Amino acid sequence: MGKISVLVGFFLLLFGNHLWAGTITVCSSCEVKTIKEGIAVAADFDTLLIKKGTYREFNIQVNKPLTIIGENYPVIDGEDQGEIITIVSNNVTLDGLFIINVGTSYTSDYAAIRVVKSENFLIQNVVLEKLFFGIYLEKCKNGKVYHNKVIGDAVDEYNSGNGIQLWYSQNIVVKNNIVQHVRDGIYLEFSDNITIENNISSNNLRYGLHFMFSNDDIYKDNTFENNGAGVAVMFSKRIKMLGNTFKKNWGTASFGVLLKEINDAEITGNTFEENTIGISIEGSNRINYSKNNFVKNGWAIKVRGACYTNTFIHNNFMYNSFDLAYNSNLNDNIFEENYWSNYTGYDLDRNGTGDIPYRPVKLFSYIVNRTPETIILLRSLFMDIIDFSEKVSPVFTPDELVDAKPLMKKIK
Amino acid sequence: MIKILKYSFYDLMRSRWSYVYFLFYLLLGFVLLFLNNELSKAVITLMNVIIVLVPLIGTIFGVMYYYNSKEFTELLLAQPIKRSSIFLGQYFGVAGSLTMSLVLGLGIPFALYGLFESNAIWDFSLLLITGAFLTLIFTAVAFNIALSNENKIKGFGYAVLAWLFLAVIYDGLFLMSLIVFEEYPLDSFSLVATMFNPIDLSRTLILLKLDISALLGYTGAIFKQFFGTNLGLVMSICMLLLWTIIPVWRLSYVAKRKDF
Repeated sequence: MGKISVLVGFFLLLFGNHLWAGTITVCSSCEVKTIKEGIAVAADFDTLLIKKGTYREFNIQVNKPLTIIGENYPVIDGEDQGEIITIVSNNVTLDGLFIINVGTSYTSDYAAIRVVKSENFLIQNVVLEKLFFGIYLEKCKNGKVYHNKVIGDAVDEYNSGNGIQLWYSQNIVVKNNIVQHVRDGIYLEFSDNITIENNISSNNLRYGLHFMFSNDDIYKDNTFENNGAGVAVMFSKRIKMLGNTFKKNWGTASFGVLLKEINDAEITGNTFEENTIGISIEGSNRINYSKNNFVKNGWAIKVRGACYTNTFIHNNFMYNSFDLAYNSNLNDNIFEENYWSNYTGYDLDRNGTGDIPYRPVKLFSYIVNRTPETIILLRSLFMDIIDFSEKVSPVFTPDELVDAKPLMKKIK
Repeated sequence: MIKILKYSFYDLMRSRWSYVYFLFYLLLGFVLLFLNNELSKAVITLMNVIIVLVPLIGTIFGVMYYYNSKEFTELLLAQPIKRSSIFLGQYFGVAGSLTMSLVLGLGIPFALYGLFESNAIWDFSLLLITGAFLTLIFTAVAFNIALSNENKIKGFGYAVLAWLFLAVIYDGLFLMSLIVFEEYPLDSFSLVATMFNPIDLSRTLILLKLDISALLGYTGAIFKQFFGTNLGLVMSICMLLLWTIIPVWRLSYVAKRKDF
């Protein structure tokens, strides 16, 4: 009995002491009244507990490994003066803050939270509003960005910033975030081995997700909806896009995904729904497309040229105005065992695949590629007649571009 | 006029053809819904039918009815009845019964499959409205052709040609001119060209409700600005009305002066 109580007392002392000594409380009636002051007095690995209230501060520099926790979402108001929090130390945690009014500048990219050359950071449960740039990771490694909400009020592209931006960063996990009304929802440049998972990026001015020169990244189960131009993926290698949803990207130059100079990627299990163009592909090679759903798009896939050795297997193409647009007569891509809702063939030997090949490129889509205005004749009887005659004997559309084994039933 | 309208209407009812027409649409509606089981998709398929079949049936029926009831018309002409009442009465009798068959024939299956709870109701009503307009327009055109041609074979030939022209050939010419002049800005031209063909106009109207994602691409801006707004809708409906009124007016004008 005595032994146990001593032990318990010892542990209480140990942890209590640790908690008490390592925690600095910041509030308007406390000893420490501002966050800057808190950081200044804190020792390494301390916790800064920020109580509810409004803190009018900017250029807060976190230069030691601290855990900064907000209680009931304290507001940090930058009053449009400049950057708000800059992390320049390893092992920093930010949790539960509400940051508003980031300054706008045309010469420097002010961010609500900027992490510079740091490792092992965690940014979670942060809400950002009225911002220029949201979370800006610069030359960082091994960090996590979880469960944040970035809600901008961007109107013009030239004076707005990106929600979550990664620049020369590696091994970062961006998960469960919500990004809305900024220029680019999530932006990556020169960032490798990044995991972007379960985020919702919607109503952004330009792209929901935008990345360039970023290799070996995984994009999983994200939703990109109603963005100015959709998602742009450029100049990257070995990308995996799994189970994402691309929805309602409508407009004269909009698409679900734009792939430009992407090589050796895997695009699996994604849903493209009600986009003007589902996927627009340009100069992309050796990509595997499988188990994707293309539903009710204007063009499910638009191939603009220089795309070789891509394979499209086991995808569903349903109720798209055009399944495929192709601008050359040369084809090196494989279409096999996809389900096409426009397929009119039969399956006499009952092996689950149609007996006559399906030609996804219609003459009409060829004509529309040439003269866009002809789209006005969509679904006219005349068009059906010439499409039919082209189907019987292809002249303009690539001869060998066929799905030899179109599935009779949709893939679940 | 009402009396003659009634007479023509009941005459058609008795002649069974409106029932056949009605049953055809009823069956079509049920089969489409049975196969698709989803209202919005059935509406798309239905559009193709309406755009092609409704004008054709309106044309053939109109011509046939006119030639068939010629003796009766001549009998009526001997009576002290206004000529415009005779012809307009007959016209509205035919067009009215065709429209009714269409609306009821398609309306009943869709209503049974829960149209009123679905958000496809506006697309569907637009479909029926354009269908009704197309019936009115093509029956009027057919009556005009029949009135101007005593020879039945010639009349039939012209009527079918008129349908063929508006349903197929017009689009062909339209397409050719778009391709030939592709160097020039064609937005306004294609808008105007669409307005001048009732079939194209109906198709575009319905398409903008259904295939909006395709039409919004590229040339989208101008079409969306025009057809997407209420002004565009009102303009299109006005154009369809004009397409109805002009042949009907010509019908009564020619009928008044014709020497029988």
